[in-house]
Amino acid sequence: MKYFELFSYPISFDIDLNAINARYLELQKVVHPDKFAHESSQQQLLAVQKTAELNDAFETLKHPLKRAEYMLSEQGIELKSEQQTLQDPMFLMQQMELREALEEITASDDPDAAIDDFDASIKLLRNDFFDQLKPILLSTEKAQLEAAADIVRKLKFVYKLQQELERVEDALFDD
Amino acid sequence: MALLQIAEPGQSAAPHEHKLAIGIDLGTTNSLVATVQSGQPKTLVDKEGQTILPSAVCYEENNIVVGHSAKSNAPLDAANTLISVKRFLGKGLSDVAHLDLPYQFVEQQGQLAITTRQGPINPIQASSEILSTLKQRAIDSFGGEEITGAVITVPAYFDDAQRQGTKDAAELAGLNVLRLLNEPTAAAVAYGLDSGQEGVIAVYDLGGGTFDISILRLNKGVFEVLATGGDSALGGDDFDALLVEHFKQQTSITSPDADTLRLFMEKARACKEALTSYKTVNVGLDLGEQQFTIEVSKEFFEQAAESLVKKTLRACRRALKDAEIDKDQVIEVVMVGGSTRMPIVREKVGEFFAKEPLTSIDPDQVVAIGAAIQADILVGNKPDSEMLLLDVLPLSLGLETMGGLVEKIIPRNTTIPVARAQEFTTFKDGQTAMSLHVVQGERELVDDSRSLAKFSLKGIPAMAAGAAHIRVTFKVDADGLLSVTAMEKSTGVQAEIQVKPSFGLSDDQVAQMLKSSMVNAKEDMQARMLKEQQVEALRVIEALNASLEQSGHLLLSEERAEIDSEINKLAVLRETATAPEQLKSALEAIDKASSEFASRRMDESIKQALQGQSVDEV
Repeated sequence: MKYFELFSYPISFDIDLNAINARYLELQKVVHPDKFAHESSQQQLLAVQKTAELNDAFETLKHPLKRAEYMLSEQGIELKSEQQTLQDPMFLMQQMELREALEEITASDDPDAAIDDFDASIKLLRNDFFDQLKPILLSTEKAQLEAAADIVRKLKFVYKLQQELERVEDALFDD
Repeated sequence: MALLQIAEPGQSAAPHEHKLAIGIDLGTTNSLVATVQSGQPKTLVDKEGQTILPSAVCYEENNIVVGHSAKSNAPLDAANTLISVKRFLGKGLSDVAHLDLPYQFVEQQGQLAITTRQGPINPIQASSEILSTLKQRAIDSFGGEEITGAVITVPAYFDDAQRQGTKDAAELAGLNVLRLLNEPTAAAVAYGLDSGQEGVIAVYDLGGGTFDISILRLNKGVFEVLATGGDSALGGDDFDALLVEHFKQQTSITSPDADTLRLFMEKARACKEALTSYKTVNVGLDLGEQQFTIEVSKEFFEQAAESLVKKTLRACRRALKDAEIDKDQVIEVVMVGGSTRMPIVREKVGEFFAKEPLTSIDPDQVVAIGAAIQADILVGNKPDSEMLLLDVLPLSLGLETMGGLVEKIIPRNTTIPVARAQEFTTFKDGQTAMSLHVVQGERELVDDSRSLAKFSLKGIPAMAAGAAHIRVTFKVDADGLLSVTAMEKSTGVQAEIQVKPSFGLSDDQVAQMLKSSMVNAKEDMQARMLKEQQVEALRVIEALNASLEQSGHLLLSEERAEIDSEINKLAVLRETATAPEQLKSALEAIDKASSEFASRRMDESIKQALQGQSVDEV
């Protein structure tokens, strides 16, 4: 997996963000176009490409959902622009309930507390999924990887809820 | 006997190798140029000893005048004197039509232009006149030596079209642009805030006619613009207006004629400046028949000015909110712009952030100085410098999708350079073309966003709806400039289009403008292009020799021999070539011969950068 390779980091879902961050800055110091500003345009172009790749790798590795998605795609499971829908009624039911709870925040007596509660329950859900994901993300069995892909699909729902919570929060406290 | 060369650490043993690099603050009201000499950054002055060049360009009958005389002559020749032309960079006719200005705006080849007695002039051309003047000032003060490169500053909120316009203007002025740098970042660099510190910095920029506030985050040498705000119609002139009003009342001249008004304005400005060091100022107004002496106290002025300062602080509060930053998280406040000399401004800003603002560098010069420091590093004069400015995209980039909605491809605050691709598909059976509309901004509707470019991808093979896959790639370089390519990939048929922003110039337009400006300057276009190629050739030879010395071991001996031979050819041709084309093809040949070496070097330095870390830390 070339992103891990670029950072000379072992392939694993668990990563030390501080270490990745430190390596990112070390790498920036040698590839950034500013380091080649007095060299040929060919060298500059190469630097722009390398830095764009580095920025992309960093963006992907530091974000757990993007990291999981990337690791799956490197193992042949592409989730990026797929049309597949989730077939898990239990999960979808839970999502609907969460959405209702989200809509009720604005009208609640204590919106601050409601937001905190909602945020906590999303985090719990998210961490639970990540725990399920870790042992199977690098499995050699196709079925396990498919199961991992399903978890990532669910995580995308959860992250979307998180974004919507932020929107509700903004709308509530904007002047 | 060989003599040993002795050099101070960090200084070159061969001083003649010091390259000339400049930083330019291309401002709305005033522009400046600075450089680093013997390790010290300083602004450069013109023949009269003036640092500031007013951003005013007057198109006379057979002449173009830039700076002080253009500015002071403006009231007499308003239609032909372009003032604050930066406001129009990257704008279209519809953006300026509603403004009450003495200019006649026209559209010329899709470009906004202003009709002058020398014909239509676009904002890029006028800006390039200002840059040329500053470039010439630098060349003169360097004793005629050529400038290797320039860093030019732009406001942090400038969109792609405005940045592209700035870069086009610099190229038109014959400057090698090392980097476009955000103004607030430049100010922070001037104060050396890039080294060591971590945290949030506020840059408060109150100029003659505009106010900008920027909130930056500094993290291990990475500068990130978190939020910008301000008021494009609030500046030092508004403070002068308060005093003009006072003069009118005291003299009972409520509607003064043009001459009297000009006198009032001059005196108001002088009075405001005097009040920075005196408690009271006596203003003498000599109106011929009538003479007045008006006493203005500091207290009176500050009371009047308070509401204007409060207005800027409201913008600060908004910017902090946008950045999701609390006031007490701000570790430094940098003051920029001449109007921050007013004690009341310093005092209130200090109170607001509960922090003494940084004012030790001349607020008119601080941006140019920061730009000069970065230019000096970029040109290679400080090989040991650790400074690295990582910039972010100021505004999201996206594409129009169905229903006039914007699909964001690269969100704002993404670290640049960056490349992102997104796939789209056809929505009709047999569709053979797809039109793409590139927009910039944070809004969800196309109508609320800045339109950057429209183009269409033709020649898609007829397929069922949804069968064609069109991959659109956005690339943003380190200056924040965008290029977009699109291709259909499912059948292997490729069509690719390079986009130029609607308000930028095509290469042909640049060449055309260059040609027409040459006619004026009686400079030979061929000669200029040849000179540019010679400079480029020298840069390539020097850079290649340096990397061969450092990383020659990455090459097999026959590979090395090939590169050496191309270097020799280019070196000879640099002296003997009579046409730019000759050098151009030699440069291409050397690029080809050394491209493998370039990527091996890059891979090698990536490996070295992380050596030791992988074993110890994991």
